[in-house]
Amino acid sequence: MNIIVCIKQVPDTTKVKIDPETNTLVREGVESIINPFDIYALEEAIRLKEKIGGNVTVLTMGPPQAAEVLREAIAMGADDVYLLSDKAFAGADTLATSYTLSKGIEKVGQFDLIICGKQTMDGDTAQVGPEIAQKLGIPVVTYVSKIEDIENGQIKLKRMVEDGYEVIETETPLLMTVIKEINEPRVPSLRGIMKAKKIEIPIWDASDIGAEGEKIGLSGSPTQVVRIFAPEVSKEGEILEGEPTEIAEKLILKLKKGKVI
Amino acid sequence: MDYFLTEEQQMIKDLAKKIANEKVIPVRARLDEEEEFPWAIMKDLAQADLLGLYIPEEYGGVDFGCFETILVVEELSRACCGVSVSYAASALGAYPILLFGSEEQKKKYLPDIASGKKLGAFGLTEANAGSDASAIQTRAEKDGDFYILNGTKQWITNGGEAEIYTIIAMTNKDKGSRGATAFIVEKGTPGFSFGKKEKKLGIRCSTTRELIFENCRIPKENILGKEGMGFIVAMRTLDMTRPGIGAQGVGVAQGAFDAALDYSCQRIQFDQPISSFQIIQHMLADMAIQIEAARALVYATAKMIDGGAKNFSKESAMAKTFASDMAMEVTINAVQVMGGCGYMREYPVEKMMRDAKIIQIYEGTNQVQRNVIALQLIKENMGKK
Ligand SMILES: Cc1cc2nc3c(=O)[nH]c(=O)nc-3n(C[C@H](O)[C@H](O)[C@H](O)COP(=O)(O)OP(=O)(O)OC[C@H]3O[C@@H](n4cnc5c(N)ncnc54)[C@H](O)[C@@H]3O)c2cc1C
Repeated sequence: MNIIVCIKQVPDTTKVKIDPETNTLVREGVESIINPFDIYALEEAIRLKEKIGGNVTVLTMGPPQAAEVLREAIAMGADDVYLLSDKAFAGADTLATSYTLSKGIEKVGQFDLIICGKQTMDGDTAQVGPEIAQKLGIPVVTYVSKIEDIENGQIKLKRMVEDGYEVIETETPLLMTVIKEINEPRVPSLRGIMKAKKIEIPIWDASDIGAEGEKIGLSGSPTQVVRIFAPEVSKEGEILEGEPTEIAEKLILKLKKGKVI
Repeated sequence: MDYFLTEEQQMIKDLAKKIANEKVIPVRARLDEEEEFPWAIMKDLAQADLLGLYIPEEYGGVDFGCFETILVVEELSRACCGVSVSYAASALGAYPILLFGSEEQKKKYLPDIASGKKLGAFGLTEANAGSDASAIQTRAEKDGDFYILNGTKQWITNGGEAEIYTIIAMTNKDKGSRGATAFIVEKGTPGFSFGKKEKKLGIRCSTTRELIFENCRIPKENILGKEGMGFIVAMRTLDMTRPGIGAQGVGVAQGAFDAALDYSCQRIQFDQPISSFQIIQHMLADMAIQIEAARALVYATAKMIDGGAKNFSKESAMAKTFASDMAMEVTINAVQVMGGCGYMREYPVEKMMRDAKIIQIYEGTNQVQRNVIALQLIKENMGKK
């Protein structure tokens, strides 16, 4: 079983602020971490490998320092890692990112399963996973909370939806995005950390993966960020008074007036 | 203080810290309250390769020394001494095999301890033999190729949870201190059972149980070293592990100090943070000095051991005694600095104060350690003449 996991280095957003002047994230001095959802993807891949054998390859697109997250992946138990890094990749939106990653995946070659986290905690779009699947022409199942069964090219997945869950049977190769309910990630091992420290991380640039210039980075990104801002916190609140039934009536009226319901 | 850790030592410390912060701190209060053995955390420590930290590679470990081990014990103790003693007691059970075991014994038992598949434990103490270990009454009588064990060990850490026990028993009462022998006893051996689980003041998630031997047949291959070497095995082992007990003191004191410092900067009384009062400042300064001094002593002792020193009973005893007395004082003062909040279970320091007490007692009480130190000093002085 060849499994590919796509991970991203993100600023630890619990500590991140937005620059009010430029409306961009202030990344300086903020610790970089593996996108938390991607750790679940990595854990699931490693568990599958331990259960049925195979190989776990991890890809990330990012600046040279993103190699750190690949080292962490090795420490957890990944077999091969590749860093997709090129100045020309910079400024990519989800479309250009998924294109770049799909070209990287094609270069890796053989795979049965691609696992991504459900979304990143900096961009929060949840688009890159499904877009990779679309580019590679394979099925995608999002918000997976459990791999129920996997055998002979058949896979049975449980996915969370708003009002419950769905069980989906489909075929590999397949891309899935996972949610945190899927597993409890392991701590890295000391042997893994020592191995990761020594390993040389292979870097692929645009020409290595055969990416077309107009489809990557800023030029491949139709998304235009007009403005990013922290929503203003309004402290105003209104306390409705009266008997519970009265309050409920008042509340419904207000919600209707505000076009909430 | 910068101790100029090597890159690998820093990695080990960071890994232990990660486990302490992410896996221990969130559950320590519940484990304490429910007196539940920290199995999940032991599994995490195993996954991280830390249970085999001090075991050579050929027996499945990662081949580091006493110093790296105490870094881990310190970090875990900063979060919870109940967890760190469960970790350290496995090493206490494994060290006799490492130090005195035959090649076959090492191959048979150490890999499972290194991988964390099995935990170790060490059984010396009995109801009538605490500080006076030579008073043990558990007997091992020779019967062909077997020894028949009878007696009860008391207050054995990891008792019942561990699979591999080093047990000290009398094989020849007439020979006194040369009449004891160390045996490896596996859980599940017929005639080996467990008594009650103790209810304790602190380190409540660690298990402390009686070990009961009733005509328990142990093959003679399970003797560690030679017949008659039991107390030597025990004393050498405890010399090796005592700096780890010192590291528990350093860790728990650091944990309590961090909480007290943080609190003192936030708690406002008389319109100012209590950290602005000189008496609080001096308490904090004294705590920090004490912790750092103990850490330096514990680290130096571990380095002396790793450096290949032959005799380090005195230094080990010093590290254990100083660090544990320090931990008791610092944790009490941490509670004091935090006032009523310090006394509440909602905050971590009351538990740390309860936990710190045991460090002055087990692996030889601090009074007994002072005896050891003084006797050695006198001996050294006689040697000079
Ligand atoms: C939680 C816990 C876990 C333990 N885990 C283990 C374990 O895993 N394995 C194991 O074998 N044992 C274990 N022990 C036993 C521990 O090592 C003993 O409790 C300790 O050695 C002291 O023995 P004692 O409690 O019988 O005290 P005692 O020997 O009865 O001492 C009582 C008091 O008298 C003092 N005293 C005794 N003799 C002298 C002397 N000669 N000079 C001056 N003062 C003296 C002592 O310092 C102490 O203050 C554990 C104990 C506890 C409480």
